[in-house]
Amino acid sequence: MREYMTTRDIVGPLLLIESVVDVTYGELVELEYPDGTRSLGNVLEVNGDVALVQAFEGTRGANPSQTKAKFLGRSLELGVSRDMLGRVFDGLGRPNDDGPEIIADKRLSIQGSPINPTARDFPDDFIQTGVSAIDGLNPLVRGQKLPIFSGSGLPHNELAAQIARQAAVLARSAKADVVGDKLEGEFAVVFAAMGITFEDADFFTQEFRTTSAIERAVLFLNLADDPAVERIATPRMALTAAEYLAYECDMHVLVILTDMTYYCEALREVSAARKEVPGRRGYPGYLYTDLASLYERAGRVKGRAGSITQVPILSMPDDDKTHPIPDLTGYITEGQIILDRNLHRRGIYPPVAVLPSLSRLKQKGIGAGKTREDHADLSNQLFGSYARGLQAKELAVILGEAALSDDDKAFVAFADAFEDRFIRQGKHEERSVAETLALGWELAALLPRSELKRIKDEYVEKYLPTGTDA
Amino acid sequence: MEQGRIVKVAGPLVVAEGLVTSRMYDLVRVGKDGLMGEIIEMRGDRASIQVYEETEGLGPGDPVEATGAPLSVELGPGMLEAVYDGVQRPLDALERMTGAFLTRGVTAPGLDREKQWEFVPTAKAGDRVEAGDIIGTVQENKVVEHRIMVPPGVSGTIATLAAGTYTVTDPVGSLTADDGTKTDLLMMQTWPVRVARPYTRKLSASEPMTTGTRVIDTFFPLVMGGVACIPGPFGAGKTVTQHQIAKWSNAEVVIFIGCGERGNEMTDVLMEFPELVDPYSGEPLMKRTVLVANTSNMPVAAREASVYTGITMAEYFRDMGYNVVLQADSTSRWAEAMREISGRLEEMPGDEGFPAYLGTKLAAFYERAGKVECLGGGGGGGAVASSAADDAFGADGLASRVGGDSSDSASAATQAPVSTSASVAARIGSVSVVGSVSPPGGDLSEPVVQNTLRVVKVFWALQDQLAFQRHFPAIDWLTSYSLYLDKVTPFWNEAVSAGFRGRRDQCMAILQRENELAEIVRLVGLEALSAEEQILMETAKSIREDFLQQNAFREDDQFSSLVEQDLLLKTILLFHEKAIQSHDKGMALKDIFAAPVRERVTRAKYLTGEAAAVAAEFASIASDIETQLVGGGTDDGAYAARAGGEQ
Repeated sequence: MREYMTTRDIVGPLLLIESVVDVTYGELVELEYPDGTRSLGNVLEVNGDVALVQAFEGTRGANPSQTKAKFLGRSLELGVSRDMLGRVFDGLGRPNDDGPEIIADKRLSIQGSPINPTARDFPDDFIQTGVSAIDGLNPLVRGQKLPIFSGSGLPHNELAAQIARQAAVLARSAKADVVGDKLEGEFAVVFAAMGITFEDADFFTQEFRTTSAIERAVLFLNLADDPAVERIATPRMALTAAEYLAYECDMHVLVILTDMTYYCEALREVSAARKEVPGRRGYPGYLYTDLASLYERAGRVKGRAGSITQVPILSMPDDDKTHPIPDLTGYITEGQIILDRNLHRRGIYPPVAVLPSLSRLKQKGIGAGKTREDHADLSNQLFGSYARGLQAKELAVILGEAALSDDDKAFVAFADAFEDRFIRQGKHEERSVAETLALGWELAALLPRSELKRIKDEYVEKYLPTGTDA
Repeated sequence: MEQGRIVKVAGPLVVAEGLVTSRMYDLVRVGKDGLMGEIIEMRGDRASIQVYEETEGLGPGDPVEATGAPLSVELGPGMLEAVYDGVQRPLDALERMTGAFLTRGVTAPGLDREKQWEFVPTAKAGDRVEAGDIIGTVQENKVVEHRIMVPPGVSGTIATLAAGTYTVTDPVGSLTADDGTKTDLLMMQTWPVRVARPYTRKLSASEPMTTGTRVIDTFFPLVMGGVACIPGPFGAGKTVTQHQIAKWSNAEVVIFIGCGERGNEMTDVLMEFPELVDPYSGEPLMKRTVLVANTSNMPVAAREASVYTGITMAEYFRDMGYNVVLQADSTSRWAEAMREISGRLEEMPGDEGFPAYLGTKLAAFYERAGKVECLGGGGGGGAVASSAADDAFGADGLASRVGGDSSDSASAATQAPVSTSASVAARIGSVSVVGSVSPPGGDLSEPVVQNTLRVVKVFWALQDQLAFQRHFPAIDWLTSYSLYLDKVTPFWNEAVSAGFRGRRDQCMAILQRENELAEIVRLVGLEALSAEEQILMETAKSIREDFLQQNAFREDDQFSSLVEQDLLLKTILLFHEKAIQSHDKGMALKDIFAAPVRERVTRAKYLTGEAAAVAAEFASIASDIETQLVGGGTDDGAYAARAGGEQ
């Protein structure tokens, strides 16, 4: 153990410690300040005998002459065990409830290792979330990373909780036109809070408690008044726990990371303190790489039964999708669910903006055997028709309804019904995918049959409710 | 080899001292694990090294071993169907060695040392050979014949050369250089990735690369040896478009670089390509593909190297006389890797933190594309041809070789291209590059896009707005361009039909006019337009929906041949022409647009199968158009025949 009292500079969350020997990059450091405050830190850079250390729990109380720094010779680790289920931890993985210490099955570096691309198994198991706007048009599959792009004041927490509560996998169906039954499997939720308020965190804990989901959940909480730099470690703690549960305990793990915006701001804080050349909007140039090191930890691995599905939540500053955080996230994740303020104002829950939302893996997760043969075509049709309906509505605003053609009027009626019946659903309403598809066909029947161009004729024949053909 | 010591570690950048004789871009082994790194800056005896693996746990004092050689790739049989990381480590071998997760310091040669290949010589002992001459072949798999070439910089007389089964490190023969030194001839060669492989001369490219994607082939064609750029905000279908090109393009070899992209996307390629049947050979697509996968969570320095690794492999196949298409997805991630390394070097940044040399590096990369006359003798049989020439002119070393060469090219120029003279003619190969860029926030004014547009000739502008409308491929027809259009027109005239270019231009004009009229329609409604303009709007819609839109996931729609594309355009334009005539003769617009044949036009893009059957079906649609619209019986029958018959 090497202990030093040779701190030279303290800048924001960073300490520059001199005359150190045998320090390695990424090494864990235990800091003790003159007032007795302790903090964990890690080495960001080592240059000769000078180490730059970021203090996860801040530098309040530190001073150059009396701060003790102990270099621990290992990187930041998390002791993992099955007993973590049902427990609440702080942002650095220390128990934060009244329970005992975890007796670690193993200690894993929280950095993780990248999955070899050849060892990945392609995510293609449909997850039924019970939410039509997702299942019908932008389905989630096991091993996917699908973020929710939201904004302040939108019900992203409710939606994430609903997904966590209802998520289920369907059995493969032998018949193309029948949806398989729900499968029971070993399922766990890992929840990482970064900089969210107590109330938001409490919402999730209560939600997990009342549905007794808490027994299969692991919570890591770094709240708004916890040290900001600690947030850099929190999602890595959560993902390390998730990897253990998925790949060693064969569980299907859903990881909810909220709020990624605060995580990125913590990164920016450290980067600014290091005086690095900033990329866009002051965020560090390596933001993409850093985010990828988190998001890419979702997936499935060949030969292992478990999987990690990620639903990160991020609030877009000013609802701006081109802000670096949602922008770079969107480039890494496999799609995005975008919440829309206008729908929310009109009282539609979940306010999913269907058009800009996207699930990149849906082609693989739906169709005969997985959901139903007509799923993809119907989804395209609903999507296209809704887009056209919205366009026609815009036209109607300028020209008045009377100026619309009969077709356009049908599309306007369709778009309204789509929002009101398909997108809107209760916070505790769980719709099976069969119900979602049936609803979709009912809505498709509002359109002239000749406009159902995106659906194969045989499916139109088979599934279109009869007697309503325009 | 000399050894240095680490003095500084900052993320992927390590500074070491004591490397005095090493040179810029030399490969070094860093730390006790021997992590791969490359020298990218030297100040005094201090060298800055970008490390291709995670640097956690490295510290001052750790050793750095010089190798004295630049970062190179191994080129030879065994590359096809392989999956490499950014510095050519075979990922499947790494998986066998260390399991599902990548661990540090593990390495394996790019080419399998154990695998045996059947070598068939095409040259013989006593033949005089130059760099690039083909001395034999290896049927690497059913699809691609691997041509073994004399490495650049080597020439002499073949001393021995024998058929047989060899590994890539076994000599297949030997060569005596002019100064009498002997060298072994191997099936494998190595080449430094940052240096372009040599060729005889660059040629102007004019043969289109067909992709089966209508909006590309007809509207914005790429040529063999051309460069294209696909920018797109996320979710606009960039990756799907690239996959379509990889699957359906008529290039013989595909190099796919997943540069800083999603792991699952590479998995998709890995699982799909072996399943997908290459439409040209009937074999799995993977057999003509090399994958370079450096996903976003793999080390950033290796991402920087991955594009060079990929293009060097592409050049190697080009040198054999193949048409190669290289796809880099995404060059923005490559640029970001440069930015990250540059930031760690504390270089003065240019735009948005990117290094000042961003433009130069991008341009130099794209310039490695092109159609070339390869080094060495002609297609498939260079050495044989030159030895024949030697025989004819007397075996007098270099002089006769030169004489033989000039007579070869003369005969190639004068004779009809029959098989023998074709093999004597210059060997031509090409590398086409399709680079995708991922502009932040879809902002095309950002540095990577702008620097790329300065060098590429084709721009396929993906638009998220189109993707929202599920218009796929979401290539915006108004902002995209291809500067190869005039170059491919002669080919079109010959291989498709003389009217194809004209029809393409007419459709483009209709789409452009639609855009102008759309503004008016938005303000005052469709009814405000003249009848002719209303017909034009309908035709534009038909071009968009029945031609441009293409479903990559629908078997009967994912690939259209050029001839089918032309037939489809003809059909749409025939309807347009007849609609105008019918309206002139008093038919109501409503009735024109309600003609039952429109349904058939809508579905015409799904026609696939036997060329003659497809043509007959198009002819039948054409005759339906004639009969259902009041076109009069003047010249329409002739047109129907043309639409079906002309090719």
